[in-house]
Amino acid sequence: MLEVKGLTKSFGALRACDSIDLDVKEGETHAVIGPNGAGKTTFISQLAGNLRPDAGSVHFAGADITSLPAPRRARLGLARSFQITSVYPEFSALDNVALAVQAHSGHSFRFWRAARGDPALVQPARKVLDEVGLGERSHVLAANLAHGEQRQLEVAMALATEPRLLLLDEPMAGMGIEESQRMIDLLARLKQTKTIILVEHDMDAVFRLADRISVLVYGRVIATDVPERIKLNEEVRKAYLGEDL
Amino acid sequence: MSFALLFEQLLNGLQFGVTLFLMAAGLTLVFGIMNFINLAHGSLFMVGAYLALAAANWTGSYLLGVVLGLAGTLVVGMVVEVVALRTLYDRDHLDQVLATFGLILFFNELVAMIWGRAALFASVPPFLSGHIELFTGSSYPLYRAVIIGVGLVVAVILWYVVTRTRLGMLIRAGATNRTMVAALGVNIRLLYTVVFGFGAALAGLAGLLSGPIYNVQPGMGELILIQVFVVIVIGGIGSIRGALVGAIIVGVVDTLGRAFLKPLLGTLISPPAAESAGPALASMLIYLLMAVVLSFRPQGLFPAKG
Amino acid sequence: MNTRLILWGIAVLVLIALPPVVLAVGQPFYLDLTRRIMILAIAAISLNLILGYGGLVSFGHAAYLGIGAYTVGIMGFYGITSGWLQWPVAIGASALVALAIGAVSIRTSGIYFIMITLAFTQMLYYLGISIAEFGGDDGMRLKSKSLFPGLIDLRDPVAFYYVALGLMLVSVFLVYRIVNSRFGMALRAAKSNEARTRAIGFSPYPYRLAAFVIAGAMCGLAGALYANHTNYITPGLMSWQQSGDIMFMVILGGMATTAGPVLGAFVLLLLEDLLSAWTQHWQVILGPLLILSVIFFRRGLAGVFYKPDA
Repeated sequence: MLEVKGLTKSFGALRACDSIDLDVKEGETHAVIGPNGAGKTTFISQLAGNLRPDAGSVHFAGADITSLPAPRRARLGLARSFQITSVYPEFSALDNVALAVQAHSGHSFRFWRAARGDPALVQPARKVLDEVGLGERSHVLAANLAHGEQRQLEVAMALATEPRLLLLDEPMAGMGIEESQRMIDLLARLKQTKTIILVEHDMDAVFRLADRISVLVYGRVIATDVPERIKLNEEVRKAYLGEDL
Repeated sequence: MSFALLFEQLLNGLQFGVTLFLMAAGLTLVFGIMNFINLAHGSLFMVGAYLALAAANWTGSYLLGVVLGLAGTLVVGMVVEVVALRTLYDRDHLDQVLATFGLILFFNELVAMIWGRAALFASVPPFLSGHIELFTGSSYPLYRAVIIGVGLVVAVILWYVVTRTRLGMLIRAGATNRTMVAALGVNIRLLYTVVFGFGAALAGLAGLLSGPIYNVQPGMGELILIQVFVVIVIGGIGSIRGALVGAIIVGVVDTLGRAFLKPLLGTLISPPAAESAGPALASMLIYLLMAVVLSFRPQGLFPAKG
Repeated sequence: MNTRLILWGIAVLVLIALPPVVLAVGQPFYLDLTRRIMILAIAAISLNLILGYGGLVSFGHAAYLGIGAYTVGIMGFYGITSGWLQWPVAIGASALVALAIGAVSIRTSGIYFIMITLAFTQMLYYLGISIAEFGGDDGMRLKSKSLFPGLIDLRDPVAFYYVALGLMLVSVFLVYRIVNSRFGMALRAAKSNEARTRAIGFSPYPYRLAAFVIAGAMCGLAGALYANHTNYITPGLMSWQQSGDIMFMVILGGMATTAGPVLGAFVLLLLEDLLSAWTQHWQVILGPLLILSVIFFRRGLAGVFYKPDA
């Protein structure tokens, strides 16, 4: 479904991404892990269209999307959640998700009918909110949601665009144990029907959810394999020196 | 159209450009380093002109007038910065625009209250009046030539400060990455005040130099300010080099346009039509230029944040 | 929600009742003043769409007042006095110019956008000054009011007043519908969080441009009304001081609220009227007042009455 070849991105003298090759099969949950500063978010940003790579290509479902801007990719079915929560704080959770639904429903040059009362937007939005577990909180302003709920909202917004590929950047960032567990359960459910690229630090979640894992260190992929073999990989252990795999 | 005439207008364009540069240099730094949009910069131009004129009249000496005018503008600038503008650095641009707009109203009216609304006459001092001989054979007003000279000297001084001194290094660093400079422990407040003071002094200088050429009246600052904006948009925010290049381009294009567009059009279309179309088009020229530059370089020609 | 409607109802009733009342007490000046305020309120309402809801700090909005006004003036100059022709052309011309300026400017952001919109307005201002045929610096006199034969006579001050009131209310309603529609939500989303908006699949540019054109067109209508109100059109109508005034109305009244621009127009213009009666140097007081209001009074007046539309 996704084919990345030779993706390279430098910031001045810093090689954030060094000739990355990666491919993700349909229905797969592919985790990308690595120590801090390995270039994971830079990588995701290039996949989502927020950054232009210096070299390399990205193919999505056969089409070359390397130079497509972010909104186009989103409309093609590539959805992204952000590492640092990025929602619409002054709108309710329902409005937030409804906007994502709206973005996916053709053009929005409709000037008269109220968007909030439109069942074509509200019903799918409610459905998604229920799916991520925010059904009871739909009327709460996004700014007033708890941190964990906001992370759930992030995922909800990505889901609402009915994506073919989900790019999740540390969905569990800053979450406590209970919240993380809920998120893992959610992702386990999503995993069955969606293709997911998951960037995470939480190894528990990674090993529970991933079909395959790619390890990124200093911008290079040092290993891509199934979880059991990644655990035993010498280089990976070296990179995570002292970490419990 | 003779070459002598063309050259003379070119010099006029250079003189105007230099005036624009003096304004643009300070303003672009304030934009770039402090991310602060200051509409009241034109007011400092006006204050410089008025203070220098008043001081010269009071002391009877042109040079004393210049010194006092510059010093006065510097003081006014710093007082305004400390009293009114400091609270706005963290605000969004809209707030800054509105607040400095309020300052414009205030200063224009204050000046009118003190010196009246009628335009004042600032004369060229005797030792600077007179003409110089150009190589083309025609003569050129000495005063305008002096302005060009002063401007170029300031440009050189600025170039030296920005590229060769520690302060200049901080300025360049601040223009490209403000938060990093603060994080490195530099006294950001002091840097801001210094930069603002620099800009105020330059604006005051531009104002007092322009006094004898343009009218000294309330609102004189706003007329030139918008052209300064065009300079900065073309040159790129945060860049002194951009300010210089942009200012020269705008100054020359505007002056040549006003001088030659009407007669030029007169050869293509009927003279009566050219009579109104000429000046109209000439006044629009620099804005059209800005639109053209923006269409292929939205960040300007030499933006600091490359 | 109900309180809002009640307050609006009261306000509308007061405005409807105003003409007979002021005429009865022999103060026709207030009829004129209120009419002027309502016309400029339309300009503020249009700016609120792109500034308050869209987040576009356009400092050149007064340009469309000028375009609307000059269209009426120029067409009248050449003998076309029918309002049915003049006003649509005024709106259309404003829309076209907004399209041209917006297409170039909306690609930029931040300080650039503010300066560019300001610069383009100034360009139009200079254009207005330099066309000597239409009065140049001094402006031009309106030959005749826009004629709507059989329907309404704008020379009747009361009739004109109700036209202005009606159009103002229509503008309020229009903007209200627009900002709550799918279009409006997309526009507001782009203001709230641009990165998120692009990530879900919206490209902000077309929505902002469309809003810019709509706002320009609406302001052009205000300009056509204004020309009829003052009978005299000057380039000063397009000056950036005028733009700043309109901006202040929007801010003072409360950005991104339905009532804000109307409230702001009334407060600012009444304040200006009051202060100028007191001293000819009223701007020296207004200036600092505005500064203080920006520093301390962020939410605007409408924020005092109710929370901003979320």
